[in-house]
Amino acid sequence: MIHQYKMKDMNIVLDINSGAVHIVDNMLYDIIEKLEIGQSLLEISQSMANVYIEEDIDEAFEEVNKLIQEKQLFTSNRYHSVVDTFKQRETVVKALCLHIAHDCNLSCGYCFAEEGEYHGDRSMMSLEVGREAVDFLLNNSGSRKNLEIDFFGGEPLMNFDVVKGIVEYAKNKEAEYHKNFRFTITTNGVLLTDEIIHFINENMYNVVLSIDGRKEVHDLMRPTPNGKGSYDLILPKLLQVAESRNQKNYYVRGTFTHNNLDFANDVLHLADLGFKQISVEPVVAPDNRAYALKEEDLPTLFEQYDYLAEKMLHYREEGKEFNFFHFMIDLKQGPCVSKRMTGCGAGSEYLAVTPEGDLYPCHQFVGIEDKKMGSVYGGLKRMDIQAEFKACNLFSKEACTSCWAKFYCGGGCNANAYNFFGDIHQVYPMACELEKKRVECAIYLKARETFRI
Amino acid sequence: MKHVKTLTGAVLNNSLKKGGCGECQTSCQSACKTSCTVGNQTCENSN
Repeated sequence: MIHQYKMKDMNIVLDINSGAVHIVDNMLYDIIEKLEIGQSLLEISQSMANVYIEEDIDEAFEEVNKLIQEKQLFTSNRYHSVVDTFKQRETVVKALCLHIAHDCNLSCGYCFAEEGEYHGDRSMMSLEVGREAVDFLLNNSGSRKNLEIDFFGGEPLMNFDVVKGIVEYAKNKEAEYHKNFRFTITTNGVLLTDEIIHFINENMYNVVLSIDGRKEVHDLMRPTPNGKGSYDLILPKLLQVAESRNQKNYYVRGTFTHNNLDFANDVLHLADLGFKQISVEPVVAPDNRAYALKEEDLPTLFEQYDYLAEKMLHYREEGKEFNFFHFMIDLKQGPCVSKRMTGCGAGSEYLAVTPEGDLYPCHQFVGIEDKKMGSVYGGLKRMDIQAEFKACNLFSKEACTSCWAKFYCGGGCNANAYNFFGDIHQVYPMACELEKKRVECAIYLKARETFRI
Repeated sequence: MKHVKTLTGAVLNNSLKKGGCGECQTSCQSACKTSCTVGNQTCENSN
């Protein structure tokens, strides 16, 4: 399978099954396009005779043949054969999303957690439940060394003493169990203090700080409960966190909606404020919400990604380089095929824990009673749910099988698929279209960076 | 080669041989929480 596209003056060819990426001239671009639809070398040669000289065409054919011999072009899909063994694989739990607080001090309009409550009542995780969760992870992680705990909410800083207690408890167990805990926290920043920032910097591998971009955009969707915007309240604290972490191992993370289709300006606003690690992502919302992204928004959003990619090149030239999470791509030391086939690992390697200790496939399934898998006290009970998620992979999703972007995306978000279609084996088309565009931009930027062109 | 510059070679085929150790970061723990983004993760198996 081949995917080829032009971006600015660059011709990019992806060989999907091998992962190879080539930048080619116009002639080779045309030749590959014709080969892909089944034309013979003779047919191609004849059809191009009026445009290119014969020696050049022959030379290009030789280069195509070389790439084919090196298994970097027109490679076949060898991965179907490993799917069956792959489904039988033993999995361990390696990551937990702890819902430290089912409560929040903001009233964000698009919150999938319904202001932190997740279809239930406001509640806080106790230290006892947190410790049980750590023990559950230690006892279910097999020989996996790196274990992850994300402190999530609602707003986890509303229950920060428990966060501290869990970190202390887990760290004390590391040596005994030969494990390495990586803690992360996702916060809206409202309750950040010097003391909390210090603790986070001492203990957290990554911090996700919520901010949507420009003040008017942020304040529209992220008000406090009394209706005032939260931008001015949080911005100085978020800047302090970013600087105190030397602009590494954090993300400012925003959500864009139908209200700010020019979201690239929000990304650039965050960059202009001095943030270097930025993620601004599309809202996921039912179609009947006014702020939901609509299919007719896609051309505008594609233009925005193109615009952002070019602006990032300019910023780099001016020494103001920053990272945009969805344009980051690791082509050389990226994830293995197994990872790309399994995607996020929700429901098998990755689980969410409610304040009461209940286990769900991921944070977005919390509160959906039918997807409750067990408890940190009694362990996993619904092995059928685990089996369902384990069997969910790129080749179990019909839409992914024929998609060129499958190995870059990993099959999309199972929770989105479930929420829109009631089936984790479906895909959410809006997310697919945006993901494909982002991958194209990411590879384009990587090529510009690598070849300095 | 005159008509092609290769940005990256056959990385996926090669990863089939040694992949699957699972030590890498879970994608949703990195930033997203609402979208699965796997291609930008980094492999932690240096062997």
